[in-house]
Amino acid sequence: MRRAFDTILLVAVALVIWQAIHLLAPSALTSPLGTARRAAELLGTATFWPHVAETLKAFLYALILAFTGGLLLGLLLGLNKTGAKVADPILVSIYSLPKVTLYPVILLIFGLGMSAKVAFGTIHGIIPIAIFAMNSVRNLAPVYLKTARVLHLSKAETLRTVVIPAAIPEIVSGLRIGFSLTLLGVLIGEMFASQRGLGYMIMNAIGLHDVPTMMAVILMLAVFAVAANAVLLWLDQRLHRRIT
Amino acid sequence: MNRVAWLRYFIVTGFIVFLEVLCRTGIIPATVMIPPTSMAAHLWALLASGRVTPDIIETIGNVIAAFLLSVTVGFALGAVIHSFPRLRRAIDPFLATYYALPFFAFYPLFIVLFGLGRPPIIAIGFLFGVVAMIIATLNGFDRIPRALLKTAAVYRMDPLSTALRIKLPSAAPYLFTGVKLAVAYSFIGVIAGEFIMSSSGLGYSIAYAFNNFDNKTMYALMLFVIVLVTAVNAFFYVWEQRLLARRGR
Repeated sequence: MRRAFDTILLVAVALVIWQAIHLLAPSALTSPLGTARRAAELLGTATFWPHVAETLKAFLYALILAFTGGLLLGLLLGLNKTGAKVADPILVSIYSLPKVTLYPVILLIFGLGMSAKVAFGTIHGIIPIAIFAMNSVRNLAPVYLKTARVLHLSKAETLRTVVIPAAIPEIVSGLRIGFSLTLLGVLIGEMFASQRGLGYMIMNAIGLHDVPTMMAVILMLAVFAVAANAVLLWLDQRLHRRIT
Repeated sequence: MNRVAWLRYFIVTGFIVFLEVLCRTGIIPATVMIPPTSMAAHLWALLASGRVTPDIIETIGNVIAAFLLSVTVGFALGAVIHSFPRLRRAIDPFLATYYALPFFAFYPLFIVLFGLGRPPIIAIGFLFGVVAMIIATLNGFDRIPRALLKTAAVYRMDPLSTALRIKLPSAAPYLFTGVKLAVAYSFIGVIAGEFIMSSSGLGYSIAYAFNNFDNKTMYALMLFVIVLVTAVNAFFYVWEQRLLARRGR
């Protein structure tokens, strides 16, 4: 109860700061109320929904690719000691590259459109998921694997009944971060070269100095991201508690 | 050098040679990608001509400014948040979600607040880096062994020397992780900011070359960014390994 109250208090403080900046620079920032009103207006417009569908579709595809690819890569590398040692610094340095510099390459390969956005979102999400999955398997208590060997489990059985259940909490943490980064990747992709989607709407609104629309789209994205993350965070914490 | 390091060099070199062969044989057309060796040659020519030097200096300056700001402010905020558990519990989910937000969208706001030019780009880099530092600081302070704090209390150390002689050293590995992330994120934020909406700097130059179908310049600059970022990250990686080795972990 107190926790919920604290969260509400925090949101209220953020809203007050937002309103204060609005009063200082009315042309740069719409007030919270104005933004909410514009968001409600957008939700009622028919032309808004195709953009949402476009972004969601790209995001969903990218998420599926990043999840499956990242998990496969991470689990395979994690099970192989040398592989993990070799790959770790390579993955970390790819993770910290400013991937936006590679966006032109992706555009040249895939052309403008959906597939470029999906590819860009995927390369943002896949690496952190792989890193988390790899480390979760690497840091498994050795006694689990020894037990599996004592019981003569096959490789597939070991993976299914020992490795994955034990690594699940860390994997979920990785998925949570991958989720956020994939969304960011898709949006950046849409902001730079796209004719549709929410990222394009933001860029278009910036170009037209349509601050209310820009703020409204950002607000809706933020609400979506925070809500999805809260669910994953809850799952994450529950799984971590169950194990320890 | 051990076997693992050799294997790593082998994979990276093998990948570059693979790209080179694909490009030279025309499997990857020259309109999509130019061979790595000609990227390097163009980069050399570009650097020698001095045409991009101002952009490079500007980008590096922006990154350094964003990095220093995010580390100092992130550490200070992390320390403050850590000392108020209630605030911390309320703010945690927001910190975890933070990186899903498209910061670049706030750029027009920064222009109004900071004016045109470099400050808004630095602000984007700062926003990218600061939260990683806050999270690392919180993590580090969480992991300080209780016994050490109790010992400090027994010795009646004042808060400042407790902070400097107990908290800082025992949280250091986590803080270093934050510093490493802040470097990487400052680069990502600054270059992405320049890419999407600046009119100077490396990110802008790459986007400009892309829009003008100037593949040679684009790939040369990309190579520069990749080499620069990898070198900086590798430097911090090696430094961290040394620190950890000295701690006997």
